[in-house]
Amino acid sequence: MAEATPLRLRDDEPCMEPAVTLDAFAEQTNAVAVRIEPGGDARELLPHLERLARVDIAFPAFTDGRGYSAARILREAGFAGELRAVGDVLVDQLAYMRRCGFDAFAPDAPIDRADAEAAFARFPQVYQSAADARTPIWALRHGRAE
Amino acid sequence: MYAYDHYDQAMVDARVAEFRDQCERRLAGKLTEDQFKPLRLMNGLYLQLHAYMLRVAIPYGTLNAPQMRALADIAEKYDRGYGHFTTRQNIQYNWIKLEDAPDILADLAKVEMHAIQTSGNCIRNISSDHFAGAAADEVADPRPYAELLRQWSSFHPEFSYLPRKFKICVIASESDRAAMRLHDIGIRIVERDGALGAQFYVGGGMGRTPMIAPLIRDFVPLDQLVTYSEACLRVYNRYGRRDNKYKARIKILVHELGAEEYTRQVEEEFAHLLDQGVEPPLAELERIKGYFADPAFDAADVEPDRSDPDFAVWLDHNTHAHKIPGYVSAIVSLKPVGGIPGDATAEQMRVLAELAQEYSFDELRVMHTQNVVLPHVAKADLQAVWQRLNEAGMGTPNADLMGDIIACPGLDYCSLANARSIPIAQRISERFAANGKEAALGELKLKISGCINACGHHHTGHIGILGVDRKGTENYQLLLGGSEAEDTSLAKITGPGFDEHGIVDAVETAADVYLREREHGERFLDTYRRIGMAPFKEALYG
Amino acid sequence: MILVTGNDLKTGAVTWWTGHGWSTAIEDAVDVGQAGDAIIAAEEAARRVNVPYLIEAEHGPDGAPRPAHIKERMRALGPTVRPDLTLKPNDVDAIRNVV
Repeated sequence: MAEATPLRLRDDEPCMEPAVTLDAFAEQTNAVAVRIEPGGDARELLPHLERLARVDIAFPAFTDGRGYSAARILREAGFAGELRAVGDVLVDQLAYMRRCGFDAFAPDAPIDRADAEAAFARFPQVYQSAADARTPIWALRHGRAE
Repeated sequence: MYAYDHYDQAMVDARVAEFRDQCERRLAGKLTEDQFKPLRLMNGLYLQLHAYMLRVAIPYGTLNAPQMRALADIAEKYDRGYGHFTTRQNIQYNWIKLEDAPDILADLAKVEMHAIQTSGNCIRNISSDHFAGAAADEVADPRPYAELLRQWSSFHPEFSYLPRKFKICVIASESDRAAMRLHDIGIRIVERDGALGAQFYVGGGMGRTPMIAPLIRDFVPLDQLVTYSEACLRVYNRYGRRDNKYKARIKILVHELGAEEYTRQVEEEFAHLLDQGVEPPLAELERIKGYFADPAFDAADVEPDRSDPDFAVWLDHNTHAHKIPGYVSAIVSLKPVGGIPGDATAEQMRVLAELAQEYSFDELRVMHTQNVVLPHVAKADLQAVWQRLNEAGMGTPNADLMGDIIACPGLDYCSLANARSIPIAQRISERFAANGKEAALGELKLKISGCINACGHHHTGHIGILGVDRKGTENYQLLLGGSEAEDTSLAKITGPGFDEHGIVDAVETAADVYLREREHGERFLDTYRRIGMAPFKEALYG
Repeated sequence: MILVTGNDLKTGAVTWWTGHGWSTAIEDAVDVGQAGDAIIAAEEAARRVNVPYLIEAEHGPDGAPRPAHIKERMRALGPTVRPDLTLKPNDVDAIRNVV
């Protein structure tokens, strides 16, 4: 299946390398892109974040939310490369994915760029601190700027 | 009580607009039912037997008179003139049209209410003690903590597609009036050496595999509540089972890992998250607490006139001690003899709104027993309140008695049910009103579920009834010995089930065993615990 | 006999396949025989009915289809505890026929 151009929120050149599996990554010291399945432990990547350009996190079904935790764990550890949600990625989940640190989306069914922008803009504020740069409402209430 | 600021209002308004858009896309065919279903569920919209059903949150069970009036208006404008109060401090409407749902949510938003996350595999409405802020035995009002967690859990980006639903309860007393240990997370606010903190019980629940939550942390400081909750949820989101819907609740994870190993993983995640800045400052908790300050209690402590015997009976059963001597909390029974447990008409809701405004500082509470509380009634006003409740059919003096039955909607409304619950409740309440045994029996909590999912809490009934489908006919199993209170226990099945008439007789038989065997001061539950199942089995099947 | 049923997508109302459309009255339902799956596929695509499915029924005493399972009989009438809200509020026997 030919992959559609992913929806990216990054300005850098996309890493075009194919992603290796988490198991293969342990063997292949030169791999720069890796794919995590829902059952995979994102923390196995933490010692290697420096050499990773892209992590694909698979969503075989949009109802399986393990990828949200995987994404946040990588961002909390300082991963700055591309974090791509791959698979059953739908417009109604995009905003949560972005909050968890995803900055690229490769949905099975294409998502219109304008629809995606509308989804990101839907909620004026956020209640929690997460992996994005948004200031939570509790911080706004107590003087922190947006 | 809590009031939205412009941030809260904007979030709820945005949610209404989002759901309106999602409904339009569903009707236009841009969303399949599989894609739409989790979205509508997270806005409280089910498809039940006869229509869509909308579940509206009453966060920690607290609402004011304008909110109750809005619920009445919705019942009339969009439904069939009534609503059903649930065991988790929500209200359900049974006859909703998908086309109307966004308008209903918009009406709710105008009075600072919503249906956000009242269903779906996400963090549900946070429940609490219905006497919060009024009870004499609490170390603090638990509701500010529940509100803090309500905001944290609303639209949580990481925890909206959990393995299964997730229910949190917050209380602040040794007495447990909210089935705290039967929640995915049960939090008890406690005082240690002059400081408040939180006990975390994790992995309780009812359903087909009932579990009582073990204590996993005895004291979480108040400025780490959100962080600790986040750690509990993250371990669950990552490792909770997703291969089998019936094993996906956190209770199964905690059970399979063992409480100790689950705790170890939570503590590790917690230590990590402490550096991530997820915790609101204590100033935010203080801001919220400001909304829950005591009203201006100034009533004199006068004993009510007990010369009317009917009033005296109601006083004895349907009032609860208040922290201020001149007041009590009054329990409004939604369990008239032969009635449908938890149902209230729009007219009744308006009466409650009026009474709240006139006599209870504009506050109402919803109980997990499907009744309503007027939390702060001056003792001098009780007779007037009772008369108004009686006129509206809400003055039945049966709190915690046989007639105060918890029952799920059952097969009359629910697409999951295997048997009807409501008619069983009706027949039992009629039987015990007619035979005059209700008063003699004293405290006796009867709970009925129409299927194994246990929405009617049958596992924690002093007497529980579980409806099952036996070869296409309704059959009812009898259980004894459960408790949702601080002496939490799970009921056991007596033996073979009964048909819909037999189960009513069986309940009376069990009640008679208690009346025969009880020793001084014992409740039904105490006698059962002392004498065990055998005498009951003998009477039922011998 | 085999019936096709579901809930109306917009209103949620219980609805029955009549051979050429949908009706809220089970008296209008027809035996679809082997054609059920094809009807379901076509109707799902038309988005009128939410998740249509097949049920078994027999001819009831009044000639109308009587579903084999109590849940479907309940759907066909309404809640037994609120006769006033059922499709036959004035028929005293209607509830007895459900249970």
